[in-house]
Amino acid sequence: MAETARTDVLIIGAGPVGLFAVFELGLLDLKCHLLDILDRPGGQCAELYPEKPIYDIPAWPVISGQELVDRLMEQIRPFGAEFTFNRMVSGLERLDDGSFRVTTDEDEHFEAKVVVIAAGGGSFQPKRPPIPGIEAFEGTGVHYSVRRMEDFRGEDLVIVGGGDSALDWTLNLAPVARSLTLIHRRPEFRAAPDSVKKMFALRDAGKIDFAVGQVGALRGEKGQLEAAILKTPDGEREIASTRLLPFFGLTMKLGPIADWGINLHENLIPVDTEKFESSEPGIFAIGDINHYPGKLKLILSGFHEAALTAQAAKRIVHPDEKVVFQYTTSSTKLQKKLGVA
Amino acid sequence: MTRLTFIAFDGTRFEVDAENGSTVMENAIRNGVPGIEAECGGACACATCHVYVDEEWTDAVGGPEVMEEDMLDFAYDVRPNSRLSCQIRVSDELDGLVVQVPERQA
Repeated sequence: MAETARTDVLIIGAGPVGLFAVFELGLLDLKCHLLDILDRPGGQCAELYPEKPIYDIPAWPVISGQELVDRLMEQIRPFGAEFTFNRMVSGLERLDDGSFRVTTDEDEHFEAKVVVIAAGGGSFQPKRPPIPGIEAFEGTGVHYSVRRMEDFRGEDLVIVGGGDSALDWTLNLAPVARSLTLIHRRPEFRAAPDSVKKMFALRDAGKIDFAVGQVGALRGEKGQLEAAILKTPDGEREIASTRLLPFFGLTMKLGPIADWGINLHENLIPVDTEKFESSEPGIFAIGDINHYPGKLKLILSGFHEAALTAQAAKRIVHPDEKVVFQYTTSSTKLQKKLGVA
Repeated sequence: MTRLTFIAFDGTRFEVDAENGSTVMENAIRNGVPGIEAECGGACACATCHVYVDEEWTDAVGGPEVMEEDMLDFAYDVRPNSRLSCQIRVSDELDGLVVQVPERQA
């Protein structure tokens, strides 16, 4: 087990609002550590709509999701925030001195005086395809990710999907599987054209099979998968399968936040509008995950919330320091922190 | 105003007056049609506003664009008349349109 990492403010979620919180906290000399379940910063902007235009960021008539994230990363660079990606926060407890201990699903520990939940719509998790009875095979015959390729050696593998994950794993697992069938709803793919070309080459060489259709049902007993039932417009047929890997994208789930003793209202965290603090002192919630009268789920609202939360966090972390409100335009002190003076 | 009919999975019919230029999804949400989730809010970034266009209306509505096809890959029980309702824009030509809500969204 790794040592406990200490920071002033632990931010759960590295979407646009979590990132901007680093800026506002940084101006007040607070150090941040961010945790996110994705493998990169940006949250929904990076995962759902990196190339789609956003029209309501002040002073940006139009900006893409990814560009907004890139600009925020540039803006917060002076503050040296630390990031830990591919982690879900599993536990949050208050210590005797009033600070918090945060645990991840990899059993790492973080201690912070303040926790800011900027988790948006929750954590991104693999989507379960709507195949009746699929739950009975999860973990034994149905897997949503590949941790070790060896686990699939000698198996009859069925991979479902048309994106990069489906195609990449088809190419990688083809040499270790006993048989491999890729199933996709149509002959066109979202995945990189090069991967698609390689996949068809494997099929033409007789190494894998490719079938157009949808998996309608699974057959097997006691969690042991035996076959996937392929549904096509022409009818149904069985494909021998001991392992099924569906890659149907990601969906957002609230996750363990519900277990941390914070009051929730319809899966949102109610906060005040002065500090955006939850029912638990020292735990703040900003961005899409919070709720208050008049709340709008806009990125710009989250930015405002981040600024006010930072003021409140400062008073918790440095209770004896007097906070003088300053403008970045005129304050040499702030400009030094930003590395421009 | 254009008249739209949603048929929920349990057979309940919802007849609504829709403004031209709005999307079929927006009218489903505004009128509380069960089974349309529209998780992403109409950005064509999920597949939770999936509907089946009534066979008589498939020509008038037309087929999905490439981006919508990509998203439909994530939907449940996709059929030749499947569309994402956030990508169907209401117009005079669609007056009387009937769409069915699938058993479940992805």
